[in-house]
Amino acid sequence: MSIVTVQLGQCGNQIGFEVFDALFIDSHCPQRLSSKRENEAYQASCKERFFSEEENGVPIARAVLVDMEPKVINQTLSKAAQSGRWKYGQHSSFCQKQGSGNNWAYGYSVHGPRHEESIRNLIQKEVEKCDSLSGFFIIMSMAGGTGSGLGAFVTQNLQDQYSNSLKMNQIIWPYGTGEVIVQNYNSILTLSHLYRSSDALLVHENDAVHKICAKLMNIKQISFSDINQVLAHQLGSVFQPTYSAEGSFHYRRNPLGDLMENLVPHPEFKMLGVRNIPQMSENSLAYSTFTWAGLLKHLRQMLISNAKMEEGIDWQIRPPLPGLPSLSKMSLNKELHFNTSIANLLILRGKDVHSADLGKQKLRAYVHQYTKFGIEEEDFLDSFALLEQVVASYCTL
Amino acid sequence: MWIPGASLLTKFLLPSPLLVMANPFTEYYIVETQPGSNSLLIRVVGDGGSISKGKICSLKARAVLIDMEEGVVNEILQGPLRDVFDSKQLITDISGSGNNWAVGHKVFGSRYQEEILEKLRKSAEHCDCLQCFFVIHSMGGGTGSGLGTYLLKVLEDEFPEVYRFVTSVYPSGEDDVITSPYNSILAMKELNEHADCVLPIDNQSLFDIISKIDLVVNSGKLGTTIKPKSLVTSSAGTFKKWQEKPFDAMNNIVANLLLSLTSSARFEGSLNMDLNEISMNLVPFPQLHYLVSSLTPLYTLADVNVPPRRLDQMFSDAFSKDHQLIRADPKHSLYLACALMVRGNVQISDLRRNIERLKPSLQFVSWNQEGWKTSLCSVPPVGHSHSLLALANNTCVKPTFVELRERFLRLYKKKAHLHHYLQIEGMEESCFTEAESSLSALIREYNQLDATKSMPVEDLPRLSVAV
Repeated sequence: MSIVTVQLGQCGNQIGFEVFDALFIDSHCPQRLSSKRENEAYQASCKERFFSEEENGVPIARAVLVDMEPKVINQTLSKAAQSGRWKYGQHSSFCQKQGSGNNWAYGYSVHGPRHEESIRNLIQKEVEKCDSLSGFFIIMSMAGGTGSGLGAFVTQNLQDQYSNSLKMNQIIWPYGTGEVIVQNYNSILTLSHLYRSSDALLVHENDAVHKICAKLMNIKQISFSDINQVLAHQLGSVFQPTYSAEGSFHYRRNPLGDLMENLVPHPEFKMLGVRNIPQMSENSLAYSTFTWAGLLKHLRQMLISNAKMEEGIDWQIRPPLPGLPSLSKMSLNKELHFNTSIANLLILRGKDVHSADLGKQKLRAYVHQYTKFGIEEEDFLDSFALLEQVVASYCTL
Repeated sequence: MWIPGASLLTKFLLPSPLLVMANPFTEYYIVETQPGSNSLLIRVVGDGGSISKGKICSLKARAVLIDMEEGVVNEILQGPLRDVFDSKQLITDISGSGNNWAVGHKVFGSRYQEEILEKLRKSAEHCDCLQCFFVIHSMGGGTGSGLGTYLLKVLEDEFPEVYRFVTSVYPSGEDDVITSPYNSILAMKELNEHADCVLPIDNQSLFDIISKIDLVVNSGKLGTTIKPKSLVTSSAGTFKKWQEKPFDAMNNIVANLLLSLTSSARFEGSLNMDLNEISMNLVPFPQLHYLVSSLTPLYTLADVNVPPRRLDQMFSDAFSKDHQLIRADPKHSLYLACALMVRGNVQISDLRRNIERLKPSLQFVSWNQEGWKTSLCSVPPVGHSHSLLALANNTCVKPTFVELRERFLRLYKKKAHLHHYLQIEGMEESCFTEAESSLSALIREYNQLDATKSMPVEDLPRLSVAV
């Protein structure tokens, strides 16, 4: 079964590219750690999920790229084409010229309705190419204007159009300081709308990924491309084919369905997080050994202590756990879990975001920029209320 | 053949000495443009040709030049950039405005309204997507101040959804135009009401920057040869003797400001920032839209033995008074918001590290403690490996306005020179009193914010919901 990816805004498109790249490279990894037949089955499964076939053998990503200004999409398309390994469909992108100005209201109330039909057609075309559709994977950020506002609109649209398909939204939680000043407003509005229309929200924080890059991967001058690659690695491990009950050579056919079934038992609790082990740079490959048991144990510790990485866990100090780097499918271990730690994240960050927001709201700061495009104060209050509800539900767990 | 423009800016260039700025701005821009790049400020005519130094006849500035006397515009049309400016996009008169805001605003405003509108519409038609207007003028004179602000109203009516950015040169204390306080205050009212975002500049700061550079250049220290192209004051390529033409050097600085402002919209980067995002993030309340700008670095040393200025130094410089384009003291006042627009090979970790480092020494308003907006553009300016433009919405602009009001009141109390204004049809004393009260209201807003400076951050209660 296939997954159609929708990439929205600068963040969504930049990450989407890295995800497809990671998936492709991984499924065509030259390391022969298992039998040939095994590899082929894996490749086929992975490919069917994310790529469709093209005449000259270059697979095309099952993706729709959307942005309100052309620079990033052009870059993404050409990077993919240049790599020669895979590429995006020629007509699967939609862009405009003027951008969204970091304004959620502009993305949601202006761009949304204006371009609803074009975007819907693009997605339709992509869906028709699939033999069977598992669902949608929507990548967006919460801080900006297009990803957040238009993303919320598109998700709602998908809810109406494809009510039987599952939707997982990958949202990027911005840095605590210094990305966009109105990111708190945009985030609150996005979260509240997505909670109503999405099936699962997979959250990644820029701060956390940044720390992973710094501590574990030892990158000195971290760029967004580094951050996106780590993200792609994590996302890839979420979506790679896993064995089904029939045993080897048979991969689970419904990735999104399986995930949701196990992780989102109740529609009130939709937020998911990823813990990934191991996360090391390729340079450490030569110096590392690991055992399955060791990895699992470490992962459990990470979960319990709500840590995003192996190092720096509060209540236990351990030497860095060596591990094989990203690209070998056998050694990947990931656990997609939902427990109170995500709830804590929502509560803690939500509190920061919330108090920052309430402060601003009280003085109505920046609100005039939103009311210009039809988002009134009641909308803000509605969003606050909904999120408080969610926080309260998690607290009672 | 049009190179498709992502978004477009139309510049309105208003009178001397600022009109001369068209030259450095466009010069630099042409140097920065590569074939096939985003045609934000310039459009290609004819068959494109090669956009190299010699053949700039195929580029036309998206600009309208307006002056009520012909001297400066003629100079441009005879200069090296004459082909860049379409003669159809000029509006000139002969007599000038006599440093009288009323003449510029009321007389020439109504006389040329139709013509201006027509040229505007023509320019707008050439754009795929019109995003904003840049209005560049001075506050102390007659045409720039009067006709310039009249234009703002016209733009607001005709193109209500297009942002209006204004770069205003404020008169310094030693200004030689006696009526500049009148002109400035009358213009301020218009700026308050019709501009989306204003970048105030004063000549004294620009002059100080030039002097500082001069000191370094002429100090004769070993190893301090400066790369000529890298000077923020030089025209592309040459290091002119600035003593002969100081305004050229000063205008170059402002040109660099505008280039940096638009760089993220023109070139690619890992964190883009469009012009509409400036207003969105830096203007929390519609009236408080005055931003203090500072540019670094001012020059790059040519000697390869000298290590390039450390990145962190660049960030520190951006918050030093020496690099500001207006005299103000942001560090001791209250920040409402701050934007850092970085160009060149700088990554997100460098940015975050410096923000963390500088944050403790800056005071942000209580409800916007994390009020930073950042952007990363991969293409550095000519002659540098990286550069930074900082835009701050800070209460430190208040003293400038207060001083302006003082000078205005000194003249107004004596009714000095008032008759020149009142004899113009449409002008009454109420114009003056309204303008003064508009400015006073603005000052009061800033005062209110300043009063919250030392107050502790309130812990606001969360909304309580029924579970």
